[in-house]
Amino acid sequence: MKVLGIDSSGLVASIAIAEDDRLIAEYTIQYKKTHSQTLLPMLEEVAKMVDLDLNSIDVIAVSQGPGSFTGLRIGAATVKGLGLALRKPIVGVPTIESLANQLYGVPCLICPIMDARRGQVYTGLYRFVEERVADSQQELFEYRLQTQKEQCIAQIDEIAKIMNQIGEKVIFTGDGIPVYREQLASLMTVPYSFAPLNRNRQSAASIATLGYRYYKEGKITKAGDFHPEYLRLSQAERERKEKSEENAGNKGNDRT
Amino acid sequence: MRNLSEVNLGKEELVILGIETSCDETAAAVVRNGREVLSNVIYSQIDLHTLYGGVVPEIASRKHIEKINQVIEQALHEAGKTLEQIDAIAVTYGPGLVGALLVGVSAAKAISYATKLPLIGVHHIEGHISANYIEQEELKPPFICLVVSGGHSHLVLVKDYGSYEIIGRTRDDAAGEAYDKVARAIGLGYPGGPKIDKIAKEGNPEAIHFPRAKVENSSFDFSFSGLKSSVLNYLNGMQMKNEPICVPDVAASFQKAVVDVLVEHSMAAVLQYGINRFAIAGGVASNSAIRSALREACLCNHVEFFHPSPIYCTDNAAMIAVAGYYDYQNGIRSGLDLNAVANLKLGER
Repeated sequence: MKVLGIDSSGLVASIAIAEDDRLIAEYTIQYKKTHSQTLLPMLEEVAKMVDLDLNSIDVIAVSQGPGSFTGLRIGAATVKGLGLALRKPIVGVPTIESLANQLYGVPCLICPIMDARRGQVYTGLYRFVEERVADSQQELFEYRLQTQKEQCIAQIDEIAKIMNQIGEKVIFTGDGIPVYREQLASLMTVPYSFAPLNRNRQSAASIATLGYRYYKEGKITKAGDFHPEYLRLSQAERERKEKSEENAGNKGNDRT
Repeated sequence: MRNLSEVNLGKEELVILGIETSCDETAAAVVRNGREVLSNVIYSQIDLHTLYGGVVPEIASRKHIEKINQVIEQALHEAGKTLEQIDAIAVTYGPGLVGALLVGVSAAKAISYATKLPLIGVHHIEGHISANYIEQEELKPPFICLVVSGGHSHLVLVKDYGSYEIIGRTRDDAAGEAYDKVARAIGLGYPGGPKIDKIAKEGNPEAIHFPRAKVENSSFDFSFSGLKSSVLNYLNGMQMKNEPICVPDVAASFQKAVVDVLVEHSMAAVLQYGINRFAIAGGVASNSAIRSALREACLCNHVEFFHPSPIYCTDNAAMIAVAGYYDYQNGIRSGLDLNAVANLKLGER
């Protein structure tokens, strides 16, 4: 069972090829070049390096969002093109969940934060819970990522407030850290930590790991139907919605 | 896979899949030997953008990603071809909306990589010009081409297939842009071109005299922003005086001013370069007033006049496949690092 994983949702461009529980290759860069110029040349290079026969891939997993609109679309258009040509299904993996999934087994809350500009972050809340592996020896268990709060868009002070209310230790990860490090320092009243560099950005290996799981759960999409989940409307739609809500409010006289 | 000996035996057939997502049309087409269109699928988003009075780049990009595979698959299906029967992929990589272009470019690169088919990045305007080859077998370079659309107003000397020299360009608004702005001001809405063209038929083109702008030191460059301002000033003036505005007259007079300038510059170019073939291209080229005025002017000047059908004037992928065919013949190939270039210049690579 072979999975091709791709993540271009943020500053990182990442490609992974995994077979069962073996990571055959992962190629990740975080550099100023645009994903449009790097992503396919990276795939070509890594595929050559490991003699990958594209037709041997069973499923293509991709970071579905949230993230940079353009970055998500470069990833989506790439996997849609590959899926069309190779006739392979797509598995969309939530970006935030894939970030959390890299911190396997940590005994506290995990809060990924991705810079969403406009003073906001894409975020969510997760923890790993112990689960006995079915049909196995008594002692074998695994950590399963449990979603405490689905991925969403929020202000950093809201997030700090919720963390403080829950009152548990938390690890932050993601590209929102450099942007909000100082603000978090002034807002947090519970112990918190930041994930280290080998775990704090998008990784296609993590996408492939979750993609494999989702594939087994049957959560696959036809390449033609696949599209990103942005979690945010375009600016034009947002302004139009605000305007119509304002008008509706005026008519109803219920604006305060 | 096509087997190589078949090609070498001189089958001389080259089938190109074209992909175009530079603005608000998601399009794919299959073209044989550069002139025969086997399919031409266009998904237009225009209704979506009408709500906003113009194309919203982010909305366009989102729609492209939803539709891209469906449009490509339909184009292959209608052409009766599978990817294995395609020889090369041509895709628009500029100019246009960068987010929109990236959808087509990324998908085309992925398909090219997975199928090992050659990839050809095509200039959008080169596509528009090449649309003329589809239905007009006798048209061959050199010729002068007037490209007019929502985003472009160019006079181009087509020296050979794939070889262009821009001899005139707009200094400010594109012709289509001026149409949209004037249409909005007289309450016709978006898109302005077809709406003005239609209502102008009921108006008197001599009713109001709007200026025909000349650009200093250049007999071929255009300027439409002065004309647009002059229409807006006229409308304001009438409102101040509380006088009624005759929309058909304004539309017809504005259109006449645009047409006069396009015709004058086009004919000046034809005469100066001594070329007796003239073609039009681009979305605005399907405008009936512009088309008939240019046809008449060409007739008077003993110049052969060429124009694509409206379906090939609008943004489409057949024209991209045609341009890609000639680029392919010229040995042009793009790499997997092909990027979208929003302000790509014609003739540059």
